[in-house]
Amino acid sequence: MINEGIVNVSYIIATILFILALGGLSNQETARRGNWYGIVGMAIALLATVFGEVTAQYDKLIVALLVGGTVGLILARRVQMTQMPELVAILHSLVGLAAVAVGFANFMDPARLAHYAGVELTIHDIETYIGVLIGAVTFSGSVIAFGKLSGRISGNPLILPARHWLNLLLLLGSIYYGYEFVVQSVEGGGLMPLIIMTVLALLFGMHMVMAIGGADMPVVVSMLNSYSGWAASATGFMLGNDLLIVTGALVGSSGAILSYIMCRAMNRRFLAVIAGGFGTGGGGAAGGGEQQGEVAPVDAAETAALLSNAKEVMIIPGYGMAVAQAQHTVFEITRTLREKGVNVRFGIHPVAGRMPGHMNVLLAEAKVPYDIVFEMDEVNEDFPDVDVSVVIGANDIVNPSALTDPDSPIAGMPVLECWKGKVSIVLKRSMATGYAGVQNPLFFLDNTRMLFGDAKATLDEVLKAL
Amino acid sequence: MLIGVPREICEGERRVATTPDVAAQLMKLGFDVAVESGAGEAASFSDDAYRDAGCEVIESAGELWARADIVLKVRAPEGDETGRLRDGQTMIGFVWPGQNPALLEQLAKSGGTVMAMDSVPRISRAQKVDALSSMANIAGYRAVVEAAQHFGRFFMGQITAAGKVPPARVLVIGAGVAGLAAIGAAKSMGAIVRSFDTRPEVKEQVESMDAEFLMLDFEDDGDGSGSGGYARVMSEEFIEAEMELFAEQAKDVDVIITTALIPGKPAPKLITAETARSMKDGSVIVDLAAEQGGNCELTVPGEVTVDNGVTIIAYTDLPSRLAAQSSQLYATNLRHLLADLTPGKDGNIVVDMEDEVIRGATICKDGETTWPPPVVEVSAASAEAAPAPAPAAEPAGERKSVVGPLVGMLAGGLALLGLGAVAPASFMAHFTVFVLACFVGYMVIWNVTPALHTPLMSVTNAISSIIIIGALLQISSTDKLIMWIAVATAGVTAVNIAGGFAVTRRMLEMFRK
Repeated sequence: MINEGIVNVSYIIATILFILALGGLSNQETARRGNWYGIVGMAIALLATVFGEVTAQYDKLIVALLVGGTVGLILARRVQMTQMPELVAILHSLVGLAAVAVGFANFMDPARLAHYAGVELTIHDIETYIGVLIGAVTFSGSVIAFGKLSGRISGNPLILPARHWLNLLLLLGSIYYGYEFVVQSVEGGGLMPLIIMTVLALLFGMHMVMAIGGADMPVVVSMLNSYSGWAASATGFMLGNDLLIVTGALVGSSGAILSYIMCRAMNRRFLAVIAGGFGTGGGGAAGGGEQQGEVAPVDAAETAALLSNAKEVMIIPGYGMAVAQAQHTVFEITRTLREKGVNVRFGIHPVAGRMPGHMNVLLAEAKVPYDIVFEMDEVNEDFPDVDVSVVIGANDIVNPSALTDPDSPIAGMPVLECWKGKVSIVLKRSMATGYAGVQNPLFFLDNTRMLFGDAKATLDEVLKAL
Repeated sequence: MLIGVPREICEGERRVATTPDVAAQLMKLGFDVAVESGAGEAASFSDDAYRDAGCEVIESAGELWARADIVLKVRAPEGDETGRLRDGQTMIGFVWPGQNPALLEQLAKSGGTVMAMDSVPRISRAQKVDALSSMANIAGYRAVVEAAQHFGRFFMGQITAAGKVPPARVLVIGAGVAGLAAIGAAKSMGAIVRSFDTRPEVKEQVESMDAEFLMLDFEDDGDGSGSGGYARVMSEEFIEAEMELFAEQAKDVDVIITTALIPGKPAPKLITAETARSMKDGSVIVDLAAEQGGNCELTVPGEVTVDNGVTIIAYTDLPSRLAAQSSQLYATNLRHLLADLTPGKDGNIVVDMEDEVIRGATICKDGETTWPPPVVEVSAASAEAAPAPAPAAEPAGERKSVVGPLVGMLAGGLALLGLGAVAPASFMAHFTVFVLACFVGYMVIWNVTPALHTPLMSVTNAISSIIIIGALLQISSTDKLIMWIAVATAGVTAVNIAGGFAVTRRMLEMFRK
């Protein structure tokens, strides 16, 4: 048993280590150290709590930790890099679940009424209520996001009639039961309103994510990331534990910033994304869906010839590369070209893939050196000097109409301006439109060549031809 | 349908309209191919090679013309050939209907269909059928080879034990397909290459080949690009300034290669006799425009002449001098056109007059003259005219007045004050920590590189499972239900802690230089 002072100091140390862990991610060199800071911080916090606060049930605790930890390690080892978004989503759901469980357990603790009274009790109840609410939304939302990302649920937005009213109704219901909960809790009751609200919050979480289309998944995943942080923070308020509050706030603001970055990268308002249904609201999408001319197809051999004659090559990967698992072939091509003295670089759009930074992780997995992988803003000005741009399974992020057509549903979204280069080769399975449902004028430009087929298969052919 | 390839009868013509390789590909389109005996001999393709590829070899030209449904030619029909085209037959080759109106009339009268490779519109889609470009490319290369042949020195500079060899200086006038090919060939032989063109947009192309683009210090009302990617006739002042530049350059350079052509006009005389004679002894001029009269006043088309120590090469058959290569490229152009003509791949051609490329190439059909074709909008510069990023769609939020945020801040401030008024001190202490932590998070997260956003999410996910502390605080409860809930929560969050950190570590391990 260690005294409270030492526990608190341990918490402060853990807090600092967590901040350093996040700070370490500012570049690749310090990132690994940052992760260790996080692990050490977590270990200190756990040990301090176990030795400072836990008085009984060590056996069950150790079994729970061992079982949970093993499952976690196995998951982490087995997961494919293309499945990262799913893993992150399902892990978020666990945080939400924990927040709900801790909130309920806390509420059912008979010591609660003895500790708090008057305003303090009310505030404590509100904290509990909010913690459970956010936790439940995070949980059900993440489960649905997991389902969508792993393909178990259709990626298309599910648009219920009067969905905005439905959301409003759920919100009002939550507020009403919140009031009931606070009133009844003073008299020792309140379990019923809490349970009803939890059900409402679960429904809300499901409905919210169901209504969001696949291309908006980066926003959803980072938003749920944010929610899991706020849930932890609310739990911290409930328990009066600063470590939880601080950590939750760090995670919450991290997720919020990521959501903001993703929204900005799509030139969409956060609320518009959350309100859901991309492409369904804009009637312009249908008008823009017409084909606008003729495309010039190429075959793998010609692609290989174009690539090996180029000096500057820019590769623009999209979700299609992840789907086709083509990243390793892409790397082989990159290596072959670099050995021939071709300067190959990668241009990554912030919302490429289904999760912030998804493409970077895939390329890293394929051993692509990170110093040739660039952000959109870093390379966009270089396109006039690029001889060949290879667009692999991406569509909306290279759509010139985002800049030229004010009526386009994606107007104003920053895009990779590959059409300014000499030649763009677009790998696509067919002429289908991207998630935004907008036809891409890039495909019809004179300096664009289309390479149809499965990205992996065609790239293998290109590699062979090189 | 039977494709017939006769031997070219034009004096000195070594090319042939199909090669054994291409013939094999034509058969895949469903055609039968017959060649006249000896058709490919001058281009080093023997009759046996054609037979091996599956072609029939026919002894006489007369029989071949009589049997073939489609005749592939290089040069325009002449002599006996002009009368051989018959009703229902299709002939494809260079015809130059603009220069040969009598021939065009005669061909039209026969009732056959004639497609002229020289009339293919110069649009991007038609590049694969553009035989003029593929021939110009060869001519440009060959021009440099001819120049090197007649130039008494190295092209490449060297420092040897026997003394220093200066690099040759080459001036290429006109940076079209032929000009660029010449620049590339001369450059790869080690020469110092300069180039001039009236169309400013080719500057980039010239510079991309490491050659120097000569600029004219001259203001004109527009650039020199005409339709179809060719230059147009320039103003007199411009030409004067241009000639001055050439006169000045002539004294400096060793080799001049001229490729200036204006469609439908005699080639502009860019190198006066005086300019040519002012070049150093042993210098070479290669005039690729010789067939249209030449860019140099001393040019004698088809001949090599020496005037005042300067050799002027004015061959008009440069592509034919690389017969094997030019036959191969020309045959491939023809194959692409035939592929477009046989959408069914069944060996039956369909002359679809709606198709811009086919329409342009067809100069007579079913007894009627269809030349010149209606004007096609050509987009030579459209690649450069890529959509300029319009400053459209300013984020609407930024334009809003400052009132909105002010009201928001005011409301937020009042809400905080209200909270402070009612909330107990213990809550406010936690609240302070919360607000500060949000700001720390804000500052720290903006520094995270976007490439690491996925690891950021997994690591924040791992540390957000600090919520396990809530479970730890409850696990010692005497209430069985609470205890079991806490145990389950601890297990669930442990998944998160271990999984989150481990997967972050795994990802970060992968990032390498």
